[in-house]
Amino acid sequence: MKEKILSQHFGLKNFYQIDEYLKEGGYRAVQKSLQMKPDEILEEVKKANLRGRGGAGFPAGIKWGFVPKVDKPKYLCVNADEGEPGTFKDRYLMSHNPHLLLEGIIIASFCVGIHSAYIYIRGEYEAIALRLEGAIAEAQEKGFLGKNILKSGFDLDVIVHRGAGAYICGEETALLESLEGKRGNPRLKPPFPASVGLFNCPTVINNVETVSNIPLIILNGADWFVRKGLPKDGGTRIFGVSGMVEKPGIYELPIGTSLKDIIFKHAGGMKKGKKLKAVIPGGMSAPVLKADEIDIKMDFESLVEAGSMLGSAAIIVIDTGTSMLDVLKAVTKFYSHESCGQCTPCRIGTSWIDKIVRRMAEGKGSKKDIDNILRLASNILGKTLCPLGDAAAMPIMSITKKFRKELESRL
Amino acid sequence: MSPEFSEKTRKKIDEIVARYPQKQAAILPLLHIAQQEFGCISPDSEKRIADILGVKPIRVREVLTFYTMLNREPVGKYHIQVCSNLSCSLLGAEKLIDYLKEKLGIEPGQTTKDGKFTLSLVECLGACEQAPCIMVNFDYFGNLDKKKIDKILDGLK
Repeated sequence: MKEKILSQHFGLKNFYQIDEYLKEGGYRAVQKSLQMKPDEILEEVKKANLRGRGGAGFPAGIKWGFVPKVDKPKYLCVNADEGEPGTFKDRYLMSHNPHLLLEGIIIASFCVGIHSAYIYIRGEYEAIALRLEGAIAEAQEKGFLGKNILKSGFDLDVIVHRGAGAYICGEETALLESLEGKRGNPRLKPPFPASVGLFNCPTVINNVETVSNIPLIILNGADWFVRKGLPKDGGTRIFGVSGMVEKPGIYELPIGTSLKDIIFKHAGGMKKGKKLKAVIPGGMSAPVLKADEIDIKMDFESLVEAGSMLGSAAIIVIDTGTSMLDVLKAVTKFYSHESCGQCTPCRIGTSWIDKIVRRMAEGKGSKKDIDNILRLASNILGKTLCPLGDAAAMPIMSITKKFRKELESRL
Repeated sequence: MSPEFSEKTRKKIDEIVARYPQKQAAILPLLHIAQQEFGCISPDSEKRIADILGVKPIRVREVLTFYTMLNREPVGKYHIQVCSNLSCSLLGAEKLIDYLKEKLGIEPGQTTKDGKFTLSLVECLGACEQAPCIMVNFDYFGNLDKKKIDKILDGLK
């Protein structure tokens, strides 16, 4: 498919190795960038309307622009924690195209004036972490990393830092705490990481897919990038489709592709004999859509209008044979397990709801349960330091409201 | 006291510590190393890591107890971690878990008497396109059914 930009070389033999990558024009973006002024790079990235691919969708160029010009070390943290259930796109990007990510890291660092970058990768991705370390060593050997990169006078070291199994560390300030050698408890904002981040220094935190888009923007220009997607939301997205479809997997498509088409044209439709019941469109945190709500464009604004969110663009497809109580159970089990415990509404709320839902699943539910779930969830929503509380409350409330009748039938 | 880090590992530790402007940042990498070397992280290892990094032992304990992949008790030679999150549940993770319990004769969280297998339930492993999936030590296996589980277990000596 001609729309592919990030994944166009997936499947090429040994593409993860630098020699193959160079054959396909690799590291041209770095060469071009090092001859540009940092401000020119920043302008181009801003113009491209590259929005964060991790979940929140914050424009990358604006984020970089927030970094103050102070005489302090600055850091880049690449968020490769990829813990949002349903999401697996960054795993593909890092394993098939690690040098594209490194190019993005070099360009972002050069633009912002950063000399140390950390890739924070979830601990389970050990094989990918090793691949990244291999790619870093190759890039160093060819003079793309380390001291005086391509004789430009610019220095950069990239370090792979492994997490150890905590969803919360994908939240940017928890990630910083974790990287500093602490428990992954999110920080109070402000100050925002751009001014006070890693080791109390200005820090840029971007998702793997976000950073991987940077070299393509530099090579092809912001206008080209915007044309690949939507005016306010440039480029493609790597949609991860899982659940009851014929062909689960990743699909790189223009931002704004219809959800219905992604499921029924690209992912092969429902598994044989299965009928669509509901879709979670942006990772588990996203409010659920019913089968008749999926004729919708997959971009940030369209999904917000539909009462959900694009998040990490991870699509989980649920069939009519699946009980929504089981779905709710998986959701509440996850968030009660992953709540860091710092904020009372989230710590108590998620485990309380989880207990109610488990009781309902055992056939011991009572009439008040549904309203109690909604009351507890609404007491989490907007009342926590970090977005995990909302991420838990939103799917719980949407499942409970949209499938209330079905849940009541299980009481 | 449990054994010391080997000399080779000590060198690696020095390299790792040098990567960070603050030593404490190396706690997590060093905990990974201790687990790799000794199978789990004992209070002695915690103390050693604290000494190497010049931090109080409680700093290491705080981190150790936060992250689910770090084991304070020994696990089997093969740590089977089954994803029990949504995409895997939709495609039969529960049946897989029941089958593994029956086949290994243990409940999640337990280790077989011969010390060969530990069974754990985990949250999303980031391989939803291969649901249902498991991780054995650091190796991923996906699109599983009973037959494939049999084959995987037979291959683990």
